Amino acid sequence: MPAGTGELVGDAAGPLLQGLVLGTIPLTAISFVLGVVLALLLALMRLSGVRALAVIARTYVSLVRGTPLLLQLFIIFYGLPSLGVTIDPFPSAVIAFTLNVGGYASEVVRAAILAVPRGQWEAASTVGMGYTTTLRRVVLPQATRVAVPPLSNTLISLVKDTSLASTILVTELLRKAQELAAPTFEFFTLYTVAAGYYWVVCLVLSFSQARLERRFDRYVAA
Amino acid sequence: MSTDPAGSPLLSVRGLQKRFGTNHVLRGVDLDVQPGSVTVLIGPSGSGKTTVLRALNALEVPESGVVRVGEVTVDYAARPDARRLARLRAQSGMVFQGHYLFPHMSVLGNVTAGPELVQKRPRDEVEAEARVLLAQVGLADKADQHPFELSGGQQQRVGIARALAIRPRLMLFDEPTSSLDPELVGEVLQVLKQLASKGWTMVVVTHEIRFAQQVADQVLFLDGGVVLESGPPRQVLAHPRHERTQQFLRRILDPL
Repeated sequence: MPAGTGELVGDAAGPLLQGLVLGTIPLTAISFVLGVVLALLLALMRLSGVRALAVIARTYVSLVRGTPLLLQLFIIFYGLPSLGVTIDPFPSAVIAFTLNVGGYASEVVRAAILAVPRGQWEAASTVGMGYTTTLRRVVLPQATRVAVPPLSNTLISLVKDTSLASTILVTELLRKAQELAAPTFEFFTLYTVAAGYYWVVCLVLSFSQARLERRFDRYVAA
Repeated sequence: MSTDPAGSPLLSVRGLQKRFGTNHVLRGVDLDVQPGSVTVLIGPSGSGKTTVLRALNALEVPESGVVRVGEVTVDYAARPDARRLARLRAQSGMVFQGHYLFPHMSVLGNVTAGPELVQKRPRDEVEAEARVLLAQVGLADKADQHPFELSGGQQQRVGIARALAIRPRLMLFDEPTSSLDPELVGEVLQVLKQLASKGWTMVVVTHEIRFAQQVADQVLFLDGGVVLESGPPRQVLAHPRHERTQQFLRRILDPL
């Protein structure tokens, strides 16, 4: 181990943390929230029974899942300017990740909604609830419980996928590590510390997932 | 409305027809229910009794037939819109075989859901009324529990309170005791009897023949999508005219 590694790590810990807190975490959080909203919309389109809406949603999901995420980022950041649309790195990344999460998570949301027994819809309608009230008050609260484990997967993947944003100049954790490593050639140390940060974030998310699952299981008989 | 001495029926059904694919489940069902009376539908599985019940509140939409509850008439052949079906549905409270309580809401929340979220009645009033209804079904002390903490019979009774809470004119029961352990059947039937004695108009799909004998004003025997035989229980249950009815009753009273 090269001399001064401890010092190097100490010096880099702060800037890397900055990349995490100002780059990776907001990018993940914003994209995930918007992505889940998009996913709900797509899932409802597919379940609507309106053929045109279902086809649009299916095509969208197929395109998102059938093309590389990195390519989606490049199209938005490097491709759109040739159509006269120039978007800054951070919003470009948010758009790309939102669209991507929306596509994947829509299948999770759809499955979770379908997992709620049809009788719940019927019971809601017999006490007078319409579609929106039933969805908000009866179906989504129950679907959420089913969706937590697979959506946690999506979220944890997203944390790491945001490192791809380093390729479009977003100053997130990985790019910060690259910037710090370049002048010193301490790639191994800096990348390892960066990896540690990612891992810690994912650990925290896994613990939160477990807690959330326990909370949702409260009202379900063993 | 009517000055007919016999009174006009609260519910009347004419010519219900329903197909599931090639399966012709209802082949013209007629039914009249007088206010304050109890009607029991019996029949073998697949006879269409549950489908009839579900057509009364448009959970099942038949191809044709007319259902009238009070002043609300739905002619299924005229392809009524969702709003009209919702108006029909609001006339009756429904109790399901599988209770379908909302698992994430408290017992009280289940009962207040309809009146509070849909009818937008004041919260205090709704809650007070819900507690009265829960007391009526013997569950005053369970208001703050959740459905999974209750026994099957208690869950079913919450379902009854939930249905009553929307202030329906008619109560519908779809095999309310069929999923229960035998020792829990009685407590649910007791509640039904008590509702009947309070003058509720009820339509009940059930296999509880003794309940029908004691409580029903009329019994309809359905077979193959038609009402094969109907009348007071002492006639249909004690002296069935039809061979099919006799067979059915023998099988359910003495399954061995």
